Amino acid sequence: MTDFTPTEMMTIAASRELSSDDVCFVGIGAPSAACNVARLTHAPDITLIYESGTVGTKPDVLPLSIGDGELCDTALFTVSVPEMFRYWLQGGRITTGFLGGAQIDRFANLNTTVVGPYDHPKVRLPGGGGAPEIASNCGRIFITMALSKRGFVEKLPFITSMGHGEGGNHRERLGMRTKGPTRVITDLCILEPDPETKELTVVSIHHGVTRDEIVGNCGWAIKFADTVIETPVPTETELAVLRDINARTKKAHQGADKGKEAA
Amino acid sequence: MARILSLAEAVAENVKDGDTVAMEGFTHLIPYAAGHEVIRQGRKDLFLVRMTPDILYDQLIGVGAARGMKFSWGGNPGVGSLHRFRDAVENQWPRPLEIEEHSHAAMANAYEAGAANLPFAMLRGYIGADLPKVNPNIRQVTCPFTGEVLAAVPAIRPDVTIIHAQRADRKGNVLLEGIVGVQKEAVLAAKRSIVTVEEIVDELNPPSPNSVVLPTWAVTAVAHVPGGAFPSYAHGYYPRSNAFYIAWDEIARNRETFTAWIKENVLEAKPEDFARHAAKSAKAA
Repeated sequence: MTDFTPTEMMTIAASRELSSDDVCFVGIGAPSAACNVARLTHAPDITLIYESGTVGTKPDVLPLSIGDGELCDTALFTVSVPEMFRYWLQGGRITTGFLGGAQIDRFANLNTTVVGPYDHPKVRLPGGGGAPEIASNCGRIFITMALSKRGFVEKLPFITSMGHGEGGNHRERLGMRTKGPTRVITDLCILEPDPETKELTVVSIHHGVTRDEIVGNCGWAIKFADTVIETPVPTETELAVLRDINARTKKAHQGADKGKEAA
Repeated sequence: MARILSLAEAVAENVKDGDTVAMEGFTHLIPYAAGHEVIRQGRKDLFLVRMTPDILYDQLIGVGAARGMKFSWGGNPGVGSLHRFRDAVENQWPRPLEIEEHSHAAMANAYEAGAANLPFAMLRGYIGADLPKVNPNIRQVTCPFTGEVLAAVPAIRPDVTIIHAQRADRKGNVLLEGIVGVQKEAVLAAKRSIVTVEEIVDELNPPSPNSVVLPTWAVTAVAHVPGGAFPSYAHGYYPRSNAFYIAWDEIARNRETFTAWIKENVLEAKPEDFARHAAKSAKAA
């Protein structure tokens, strides 16, 4: 078996969640890698949408920003940002949203806004961007995040985007008809919300990872499902595709420009 | 009718201390050269508006030109934090920054409401999120037909919107294409507007299928600034300098390197320098 890193396992596990039928709202970073690996392996007809307005894009290298020219060049079409959020996202035409965040709680609510009080933050993070409405308007949400005590916390200082709120039927009570987060894919394991309580529960553990490692890297008393499987290891093809695209991306983003000379 | 002016004239005539200013561009066509001219002319107490404030607003905040900012995502895309923005919010350096924070969907709708001459925008948004708790400008409105409760935000009506575009003709009609962002709405929502362009041409043709035309009578001033979006990009002219966005993280991380960079590359630089930077970027790609 080929060696692979936990991050590679996370990206590949996330890519497997997608199919050619998905119309997917893609975030930058791990989600973008996962979506493009899916497109280049088992889901060639997947529709990838970036919030900058590119629809049905097929980038050869992963974009550094949500609006790299590569995305527009390879898209089926490109729309304005108001159209993207009004017709395509709010219009309910996107099956799957892919989110990450700085912090997550046991009900898959996410924080990308502040650590500490909002008015006097210890750390000011970039903010929500499209996430508040992606979380409520896409048919379902996948989340990718590395499992760590800093990221998986007992209580969020700020809810940027709602997952399952306080658990149970909270989404329905607020009038949401979409499923919300259905899978959280980490570098150590995969979690799913419990069907009743909606608390995130480990359903699959990556190869070579122990339950103690998972417990030790989570900020709350993490639960395991009655039946837990081992995540199938990456195939040679999956790894090759991921490493190829990462290598192309790295090369593309390292230009000759140095800050001193550039305005 | 748009007047074709030098960048210095366009900024001097249209950007005043204390103005609400939107310099828009959703990653693409960000008006860097115009933003640098605003810094050079020493504008103060600006209230900045933009969905995705990135390096340009980091620079305006870091030099102390901004009293406040309305935004929905303030980071260096794919790289990390905006260090000058963080320093202003976390440590009030070089001055405190009043922030009004929204989601992308709300900002896009608010610009559209501004362009449509409506007082507010509504959206099915912010459900279960905490932003409405900290932003009194996120409120609720009840649909008079169905009773559904929706989010409402005030329309954005900038004093001046500044954008960059690919081309203008000699009458001042402007064409932009590629990722067109929210620029059309931001210009139509504003009292005044400045558009910097890569080229001034006899005919705008041929436009691409998703090109946007802003007619001369909807624009205040057009300035010819080739390369004026660098290190952002102008589709069809030069690519985004992702390497510079990565390099900015180091430059902006501490106050001294930032200040030295501004002195050398903004205060002692000219709009004409952008053509050289963009040409180099195009050659490297």
